[in-house]
Amino acid sequence: MKKLLEIKNIVIEGQTSDQWVPIVKGIDLTLKKGEVLGLIGESGAGKSTLGLASMAYTRPGCRIASGSIVFDGQELFDGSASLLRSIRGARIAYVAQSAAASFNPAHRLINQFAEGPVQHNLMNFSSAEEKAVTIYDQLLLPDPEHIGYRFPHQVSGGQLQRAMVAMAMSCQPDIIVFDEPTTALDVTTQIEVLAAIKDITRKYNTAAIYITHDLAVVAQLADRIMVLRDGQLVEENDAREILAAPKEEYTRELLSVRSFSTKGNKDKSGNKVILDIKDVTASYTGTEEVLSDINLQIRKGQTVALVGESGSGKSTLARVITGLLPQSKGSVLFKNKPLAPKLKPRSREELQRLQMIYQMPDTALNPRHTIRTIIGRPLQFYLKMNGRQREQRILELLEQIELPADYIDRYPAELSGGEKQRICIARALAAEPDLIICDEVTSALDQLVAEGILKLLLNLQQKLQVSYLFITHDLTTVKAIADEIVVMLNGRIIEQGPKKEILKPPHHEYTDLLLSSVPKMDPDWLDGLLEKRILAAAA
Amino acid sequence: MDFLKQNSIFALVAQRLSFGLLTLFIISLLIFIGVEALPGDFAEAILGQSATAETVEAFRQELNLDQPPVQRYFSWLGGFVQGDLGTSLANGRPIADLLGWRFKNTIFLASIAALIAVPLAVIMGIAAALYRNTFFDKVLSMTSLSMISFPEFFMAYILIALFSVKLAWFPSIANINEQMSFAAKLNAVVLPALTLTLVVMAHMMRQTRAAIINILSSPFIEMANLKGLNRLRVVVLHAFPNALSPVINVIALNLAYLVVGVVIVEVVFVYPGLGQLLVDSVSKRDIPVVQASGLIFAATYILLNLIADILSIISNPRLRNPR
Repeated sequence: MKKLLEIKNIVIEGQTSDQWVPIVKGIDLTLKKGEVLGLIGESGAGKSTLGLASMAYTRPGCRIASGSIVFDGQELFDGSASLLRSIRGARIAYVAQSAAASFNPAHRLINQFAEGPVQHNLMNFSSAEEKAVTIYDQLLLPDPEHIGYRFPHQVSGGQLQRAMVAMAMSCQPDIIVFDEPTTALDVTTQIEVLAAIKDITRKYNTAAIYITHDLAVVAQLADRIMVLRDGQLVEENDAREILAAPKEEYTRELLSVRSFSTKGNKDKSGNKVILDIKDVTASYTGTEEVLSDINLQIRKGQTVALVGESGSGKSTLARVITGLLPQSKGSVLFKNKPLAPKLKPRSREELQRLQMIYQMPDTALNPRHTIRTIIGRPLQFYLKMNGRQREQRILELLEQIELPADYIDRYPAELSGGEKQRICIARALAAEPDLIICDEVTSALDQLVAEGILKLLLNLQQKLQVSYLFITHDLTTVKAIADEIVVMLNGRIIEQGPKKEILKPPHHEYTDLLLSSVPKMDPDWLDGLLEKRILAAAA
Repeated sequence: MDFLKQNSIFALVAQRLSFGLLTLFIISLLIFIGVEALPGDFAEAILGQSATAETVEAFRQELNLDQPPVQRYFSWLGGFVQGDLGTSLANGRPIADLLGWRFKNTIFLASIAALIAVPLAVIMGIAAALYRNTFFDKVLSMTSLSMISFPEFFMAYILIALFSVKLAWFPSIANINEQMSFAAKLNAVVLPALTLTLVVMAHMMRQTRAAIINILSSPFIEMANLKGLNRLRVVVLHAFPNALSPVINVIALNLAYLVVGVVIVEVVFVYPGLGQLLVDSVSKRDIPVVQASGLIFAATYILLNLIADILSIISNPRLRNPR
């Protein structure tokens, strides 16, 4: 088959304070008509940069230093602005990670759909409108006749992501670059979007570059996979072969993350109950309940995983426990004593025993404080340690979170994402808590880094007998670390119990949907699952 | 929740309106207290040293100065709300008559200046954002900075020297009266309007440029570029509608300045506006006129900011089109 896109020895550089450093270091990439190429790697591997380079586009602060990009016989490197404009959108289109951020909030969906074809003189507005309805319908968007007349904020996240795929399809391009299009979605919504992408690229025989950090996702779509690391190619092969027999150590590591799990959890059902949530109901407005009749117990040294989709009330429950959102009904008992619903009247001792770790370590750490100040603050505030004791304890904590002692004088900006999350863990541990609420602590991290964080949390638990309330939407994480699982939907607990029981069929209908929606490494998984669901729906 | 969603715009607008009224009330208090706090007795000060005790006493009664301040404040405010601004001490005419014509003149001058300045500033701001960091942008930025830096009377005299002394195109005195035709009035206010335009334009232009450039780093602008749209379309159709809120606010501030801050320009061009009346009344110790003008200035200022607030609420598509 003819080569549609051929990138040769491309070098892309990014600007640091005073010099240009290479981000992509001489990679070759080819794409045939109708072929789906998966680009996979961790953050900083250069996969988005490479993907965008296929449109001869670089983000501000980057430049394509050398190499060649030949698309359909035309050289795009050093191509004129008007040549690039005529190709972008019309022949190579882009689907971004966050549809919510990448749709213009000021215009209706259909105007943004039609803009491409109208501006590229492919069709007039009314035929673009008709085309939009057809494609919205093919992507199974609800009410395809009218959904386009809504504003971006008026449709849900999964629908918006499909509307963006539709927008990319508006000019029937030869290639679509998908840049982590499902990373921000819940597992159940991710499936819908994946299925829509797979279906429509096949239907129109569109070639695609699919960028993701998730091997199991790319396995469902890609014909061929390129594994990138630090701007260099690690391995390139047919998708099935790379999954079945990875040649490089790094690829094997990426594959093995999925199989990580705790072995032989001790039974902790006899331990003392430290947090007891009884019939808690809460609401933000006073009328609409966000949490209804929540009953939950956490025992000493135990990990309770709270799973559910975004909007199911997981984080709201954490807000109730910490006193940020007083419950309207029910009570929260901490070591058999009721906690005041509001934060203000709670004692310092109570505050000390309950600590939190957040999703985004970047925003949870004050960028102008050194690690010494950050970890030292709870030591001073709760434990009244003097200077020398504090210094000693900070060094101990750094050792516990497996970071070198000289990090004590660094600022958060000098640390990587995983290291910052470790600092957050140390800060929580410094208060010597009984319970740590972990709110999606690994979802902003790369898989290998996330695995390290989970292992650390488990080790600390064994040593210190601290309990975790682990809030997550990622079922792989749950399988790896939970003692007990609580499944939430629409503010209610629909199923709860020890991990073994919850993961063993028969499940509650919704738990089944959640569990079956987690992508597997098997390239036939998505097709098989969809087939099964269609059959089940028909029956 | 449903009630809130449907009525969020009305609720917000109502809230802003009530804040505006509250602010106005506080300002009226401040003006009154400020005038009260002036040292000396008004009656004595106005009648001069040669006045007898009886005439001073009679004058005090006529001005209600013998009544307690709280009562005087409320009767003043009450009259103001009903449109009765009191009478001038200098010539005994009702203040409403005195202010009405002058206020109209001030608004006339401000409107002419705004009609030139606002579209020009917004278009130049968009152009500067479109061609940012080019020679054109730098020249525009330099010029506008120098315009802000010059005091407005200096600008006024330069324009007079150039256009009325040297070229003799426009009159240097903008002393309009009610008998003049609209065209004659327009000709008379060209120079003061031009001065005001030069003073306020820079601010609005720079804010427009900054707001658009701020939006240009959004992911949806990257998306627009990757759809192969041309730069003009990206800036005007994709960036500008999302930059409206800060632009509207800075326009409102400058419009308010055109009404409230024109004192110096009116004096330089001998323009019969509210600012000049205020200056005259202060020098004549015509306290009721000073109070009334102060309150009218405050009301204008608050009203324009209120309109800006409401417009920038409405310019937000999330509020305009609830889920």
